[in-house]
Amino acid sequence: MPKFITLAEAVEMIPDGASIMVGGFMGCGNPHKVIDALSKSGKGNFKLICNDGAQPGGPMGEEYYGVAKLIHNRQVKHMVATHVGLNPEVGLQMNEGSMRVDLIPQGSFAEMIRAGGAGLGGVLTPTGVGTIVEDYRDYVHSVQEIDGRKYLLMKPLKADFALISGYKVDKAGNVWYKGSTRNFGWAMATAAKTVIVEADNVVEAGEIEPENVMTSGIFVDYVVDGGKANG
Amino acid sequence: MDKENIKSYIIARAAKELKDGDIVNLGIGMPTMIPNYLPEGVEVTIQAENGLMGVVPCTKESYDPVYKVDAGATPVTVAPGGCYFDSCTSFGMIRGGHIDVTVLGALEVDEKGSISNWIIPGKKLPGMGGAMDLVVGAKRVIVTMEHTQKGEPKILKNCRLPLTAINCVDLIITEMGVMEVTDAGLVLSEINPEFTPEQVQGATEATLIVSPNLKPMA
Repeated sequence: MPKFITLAEAVEMIPDGASIMVGGFMGCGNPHKVIDALSKSGKGNFKLICNDGAQPGGPMGEEYYGVAKLIHNRQVKHMVATHVGLNPEVGLQMNEGSMRVDLIPQGSFAEMIRAGGAGLGGVLTPTGVGTIVEDYRDYVHSVQEIDGRKYLLMKPLKADFALISGYKVDKAGNVWYKGSTRNFGWAMATAAKTVIVEADNVVEAGEIEPENVMTSGIFVDYVVDGGKANG
Repeated sequence: MDKENIKSYIIARAAKELKDGDIVNLGIGMPTMIPNYLPEGVEVTIQAENGLMGVVPCTKESYDPVYKVDAGATPVTVAPGGCYFDSCTSFGMIRGGHIDVTVLGALEVDEKGSISNWIIPGKKLPGMGGAMDLVVGAKRVIVTMEHTQKGEPKILKNCRLPLTAINCVDLIITEMGVMEVTDAGLVLSEINPEFTPEQVQGATEATLIVSPNLKPMA
């Protein structure tokens, strides 16, 4: 059973320099309250594994949306992402040399995280063949040829922490994601040593029908009751 | 043609490439305008790589920007019959050949159908996002773009910028014409009546094979 903790307790357990996976796509599905608290913690030197750097300007009037807060506060020293074009601060910090940014094709990124959580030694994908991605030695083991087609053998991705967001989380930690917030959270929940879910709504066990549980509570270590993200 | 006319001309032509029932993924920018130009009787299902099938514009009632956005972070919703899913499932659809057509922009395309659209070294590093997977996995890859960039050709013998993928583009649609990528090279199959084939070739670094059945672009 997961432990229910406060925002402060969640932030407290994340040390300087931690590698952190954050679910979400352009801020949609970021665990906003946990990220906001972490952005005010003064901690940093994080390795952020997240699809993107979100963007300045959120839909509810936020000045910086989701993980863009961590980037704006210069808490990220290394980012592993697929697309950072909509947050200009990522490019600025990279060009001045204060942040390392590694870009991976999005489908490979998703499957590398899944592999990290599923006990697989890697993933074979045709994506990136013939491109400079072939040379990313930190992420690509080798080029393989199978039945006449070339594939890149991508290494698994894991992290110290996964921070994800669930619309409904029951007392057993089972997660139901709303709309398009599921994106990378589903895989990240399997691939980190410590998984913290921010719940927009905490419900009793059984209120999410077993057939509709999207992430099993067995993957979840801690739940933060965030209250409705929409207020 | 001014910039806006060029865009709508290209997109209106691209819309005619889609068939009723196609599952399509539309790149950010120009391609997202395609649904407004679909011919009557053609309905397509739009996939967004962040985990939506059956994307449609949201109404006042379904507007839910914290929970429901497309891959361009635009608030949307899904039509009845659509669904939401995670990113592994989404890219399984994409790489697995379950998407009929992707339409996307490019910085450069070459005569072998290779494409560059994700990085300008030293200048711009937006990242590839889902583009590398889409052009490798979609059954048909259509590039929509302006024919030149500040007068310089974008359709080259060989791409010079870092590649998104090799040998994957099927069709290039610009304001000057429609070019098919074939084993023999780029075939100019349709032309904007405002231009001659010589003018199109003049704006293109790759060698164009003018189709014997060259048609006016419409």
